[in-house]
Amino acid sequence: MLAFNFFGATEGGLFDINATLPLMAIQVVALTYILNSLFFKPVGKVVEKREKFVSNNIIEAKNKLSEVKKLEADLLTQLQSARTEAQRIVSEAENESDKLYKEALELANNEANASKEKARLEIESQTSAARDQLSKQADDLSELIVNRLILEK
Amino acid sequence: MLTNFAALEVGQHLYWQIGNIRIHGQVFLTSWILLGALLVFISLGTKKMENDPKGLQNLLEFLWDYIRDLARTQIGEKVYRDWMPFIGTLFLFVFVSNWGGALIPWRLIKLPSGELGAPTADINTTIALALLVSLSYFYAGLSNKGWRYFEYYVHPTPIMLPFKILEDFTKPLSLSFRLFGNILADELVVGVLVFLVPLILPIPVMFLGLFTSAIQALIFATLAAYYIGEAVEEHH
Repeated sequence: MLAFNFFGATEGGLFDINATLPLMAIQVVALTYILNSLFFKPVGKVVEKREKFVSNNIIEAKNKLSEVKKLEADLLTQLQSARTEAQRIVSEAENESDKLYKEALELANNEANASKEKARLEIESQTSAARDQLSKQADDLSELIVNRLILEK
Repeated sequence: MLTNFAALEVGQHLYWQIGNIRIHGQVFLTSWILLGALLVFISLGTKKMENDPKGLQNLLEFLWDYIRDLARTQIGEKVYRDWMPFIGTLFLFVFVSNWGGALIPWRLIKLPSGELGAPTADINTTIALALLVSLSYFYAGLSNKGWRYFEYYVHPTPIMLPFKILEDFTKPLSLSFRLFGNILADELVVGVLVFLVPLILPIPVMFLGLFTSAIQALIFATLAAYYIGEAVEEHH
C-alpha cells in the first residue's frame, strides 16, 4: 500500500537520496552561470542604462526648470523696476507741469498787478492834472470875477 | 481501489545507472525539458535588446526587476548585486519546476518505472538547493566579513550560540522539506482527485496548486536571500 512505500523501501521511496543530489546541485550552479551571462547581465545592462538615462533626463529637466524659474524671477524684477521707473517719470512730469503752471500763473498775476498799478498811477496823475486844471480855471474865474467887480466900481 | 492509488507511483523512480552510481532519471528528464524551455524563452527575449522594450523583452525586464527588488530588500544595497544571479536562478528554477510540474500533463508520457513530474517534488533536488543556499550564506558571510562572520553566532548575547548553531541545520532542513512537501502534496492531491472525480472538481485544486507553486518559489528565493542578507549584515 501507498503509505508503507513512503519510508520503508530500500530501493526507491520518497526519501531515496542518492547521486541525484550532487548532480542536481552541480546543474543548478551551472544554470546560475548560464543565466547570469544570458539573462541577468544583459537585461541588467539595458535596464540600468535606461534608468540612468531617465534619471539623467529628470536631473536635466530639474536644472532647466530652476533656470526657467530664475529667468522668470529676473524678468519679474526687471518688470518691477520698469514700473517704478515709469511711475517716477510720470510723477516727475506732473511736478514739472505743475511748476510750469505755477510759474505761468505767477507771471500772469504779476503782469496783471503791474498793469493795474500802472493804470492806477495814470488815473491818479490824470486826476491830479484835472484837479490842477480845475483849480487853475477856478483861479482864472475868480480873478475874472474880481477884475469885473473892480472895473464896475 | 488501492491498487489504483498505487498507480500514482509514489516513491518510485526511473533509475539510471552511471558507473556504480544511481540517479533518478525522471528528475533530470523533466528538469532538462523545463530548463531548456526556460533558456529558449530567455534567449528569444534577450536576442534583440532595445532601449524601448517590446514583447518578451518587456516580460524579462519585469522579471529582472522583480528579482532585483527581492534581492535588494533582503540582502541590502551593498552586496545584493553579487547574489542577484543566484537568488534569481533559485527563483526561476523552483518556479519553472513547480509550474512545469503542475501545468504539463506529464502523466501522458509512460515511463518504464516512476513517472515524470515537478523536479522539486524529489527530495534530492530540494536538498541540493537548500545545501547550495547554506554554502552561499556561509561564503557570503565569510567573504564579506572574514572571521568576524562568527560574531553573528554570539549576537546579541553568547546565550544565542547553541540556537544559532542549531539554525545552521534547521535552515536547510526547513527549506528543503517545505518545498518538497508542498509540491509533492500538491501533486498527490491533484492525482488523487483526478482519480476519484476526473471532471471539473480537480480544476480549482489545480489552480490552488499553481498558486502554491508560485508562492513556494517566492518563499524559497526570499528565504535564501534573507539568510544571505543575515550573514552579510553588519552588527553595530
